[in-house]
Amino acid sequence: MNNGIEHILVKYPQGDRGFLIPVLQEVQEFYGYISPEMADEVGDFTGVSPGEIFGVTSFYSQFRFTRPGKHTIKVCLGTACHVRGSDRILEFIQLQLKIKPGETMLNELFSLERVACVGCCALAPVVVVDKDVHGRMSSTKSQKLLKKYKD
Amino acid sequence: MATLDEMRAKALAEWRTAEQGRQSHVLVGAATCGKAAGALETLAAFQSQQAKHGLDIAVTQVGCIGVCYMEPVVAIRKPGHPMILYGNVDARAAGRLTQKWLLGDNPCADLAIGAFLQEGQSVDGIPPLSAHPMLGTPRLILRNCGLIDPTDFSHYLARGGHKGFEKALALTPQQVIDEVKKSGLRGRGGAGFTTGVKWQICHDQPGEVKYLICNADEGDPGAFMNRSLIEGDPHVLLEGMLIGGYALGAAEGYIYIRAEYPLAVERLKFAIQQLRDVGLLGSAILGSDFHFDIHIREGAGAFVCGEETALIASIEGQRGMPRSRPPFPATSGLGGKPTVINNVETLATVAIVMRTGGNEYARQYGTECSKGTKTFALAGKVKNTGLIEVPLGTTLRQIVFDIGGGILNDKQIKAVQTGGPSGGCIPADRLDTPVDYESLTAVGSIMGSGGMIVMDEDNCMVDVAHYFLSFTKEESCGKCSPCRLGTRHMLEILERISAGQGKLEDLERLEKLSNTVKDGSLCGLGQTAPNPVLTTLRYFRDEYVTHITERRCPAAVCQGLIAYEITGACTGCAICARLCPVGAIAGDKKLLHVIDPKVCVRCGACRDCCKYNAVVVH
Repeated sequence: MNNGIEHILVKYPQGDRGFLIPVLQEVQEFYGYISPEMADEVGDFTGVSPGEIFGVTSFYSQFRFTRPGKHTIKVCLGTACHVRGSDRILEFIQLQLKIKPGETMLNELFSLERVACVGCCALAPVVVVDKDVHGRMSSTKSQKLLKKYKD
Repeated sequence: MATLDEMRAKALAEWRTAEQGRQSHVLVGAATCGKAAGALETLAAFQSQQAKHGLDIAVTQVGCIGVCYMEPVVAIRKPGHPMILYGNVDARAAGRLTQKWLLGDNPCADLAIGAFLQEGQSVDGIPPLSAHPMLGTPRLILRNCGLIDPTDFSHYLARGGHKGFEKALALTPQQVIDEVKKSGLRGRGGAGFTTGVKWQICHDQPGEVKYLICNADEGDPGAFMNRSLIEGDPHVLLEGMLIGGYALGAAEGYIYIRAEYPLAVERLKFAIQQLRDVGLLGSAILGSDFHFDIHIREGAGAFVCGEETALIASIEGQRGMPRSRPPFPATSGLGGKPTVINNVETLATVAIVMRTGGNEYARQYGTECSKGTKTFALAGKVKNTGLIEVPLGTTLRQIVFDIGGGILNDKQIKAVQTGGPSGGCIPADRLDTPVDYESLTAVGSIMGSGGMIVMDEDNCMVDVAHYFLSFTKEESCGKCSPCRLGTRHMLEILERISAGQGKLEDLERLEKLSNTVKDGSLCGLGQTAPNPVLTTLRYFRDEYVTHITERRCPAAVCQGLIAYEITGACTGCAICARLCPVGAIAGDKKLLHVIDPKVCVRCGACRDCCKYNAVVVH
């Protein structure tokens, strides 16, 4: 098999189920998603059936099965963000990008996700683009932010 | 290898040199919250000033001191002067501070939050830091946050680090447990079980293999105490784990931390390696026969994994679903072995308890049944948002008004939400409730891990209940039917009410369902999921009734019951028309614009961007 994940697998002991989630996480960290072929290979390596791997990956919200866009936008919907209007910001971004949370634009520029809380509650509402956290957001600031990453 | 005493002596000497030397120090608060507010630009600005002027200064990234609403926050220590803390330091302010204070002799009092004054010291125009409401409370857990470089182990040692572990190692494990029992420390993760008793149960189990797990899966939305503590002072948690591992007779510890906290994960990995390098993790620690190592497991985004048995399943590589207890993890946990699971703050507090002694800790702060101090993440509609530490027993009023500075824009407070999705909304007329385990339970909420969200008159309590229920419904693992079906059904009722299609019988149905879900669910998630609904029904029933009988949302939040309108204050600048994502706004240049209600999606962008407050919602 050659899914380009051998360099990750060699770091872990073979056949130890305890490392199933860390392996999957590292695969996703590297490729941005987990393809069925990659999942199968992780399964062979850890000794877990493909069905069970799907059970685990679909249980945790972190794992995704499709390739993300160039930039991933995560709108924080934590309590502090919610009381300061994050759902309106999500709606605004959704309408701007014409995609829903969990989807990727056809041109693969942006993926949109919702996140339960990134722990920046004091700067609510918060939007995370890739690894950068942007605090005290508004619709106007969201529009500028999207423009910045488009260019 | 150097002994702990030698390492500490060296660290202290370095710390003193830094404090009293000829070099100026610039500490930039660069935790996740600081970075979100632009701390990295501030850092870069200081570095470019340093290069430009050839300044002999040390620019360091530190954790968050807690005054998040003033981020980016910077502390400057100039030789011969007390250290001064500054707020809202953007790149421009960094330039000004360099010119005026680092190069000149004007401490820029207008930017200052306060000065770290010793007795007899003063700085013109700058109050002592202890006069700031958020920083004037006793700080035991957060004592290092924002003041030390979290990546420099010698800083931690210089500030008394590992004195608790050193003391523990000189005692027997049983004596350590007794000390923790004497402190009266109760779990800081939410439920409030006595830590010493939990340890005793696990300690008394037969068998060689035991585990200690630190639960850093801070899943409650609206809580960031653990993130902030780990980012600012990771070693205090590791010291607590060393003490716990020794007391339990565990050779391995795990930290289960959310992947949503990348910086905290990085800090912990780095700190663990530092401990391995100096021989504080590994075999024969400090020449004793105690062996201990710590592994990190990143959570993969499942709220239910905050529950002990689900967390263990997740570490074992399974779906994070809870199982019925007993047996409790303290008797049969990870891999079937006795396991103690403690929250981050509980373990950090253990390090402090061992330093001060159990009796002394219990005497210092707290109430009869809730000892010590606790951190809270203060957020929502309060002026001073950030991380605070207060003695247990402090009232909600003191927290919101004295420490938090009151409500944003001086609006009316409506409620305080504690305990996240498992907690409840405490109404304004109960603000004198002391924050301790029993009092919060008595008003229908829980202590929880420490999230505290303040809500004002513009928040709709039906919407808040709806928000939490949609969260728990989404996060229910689906194993037991009361939780899986009950939360879904409750959410459907709440959706109806907030869309103006509710019936009065729905309220009774909600209450009945709430009790069924509470009584019938397998784990804490389901057992506490109805709390936000029950408390809002109890204290804000009139709001529900208005939604049902008048089909109106008094706070103008519920999207199905509101409309946006442009008033005569409109100048026709057309900014809103350009911003509107659905093109619902029309009008001629410099004339009153109009929103087409049929097209409007009620996202509120027009109201956010209007400089003339011409857009109203009703």
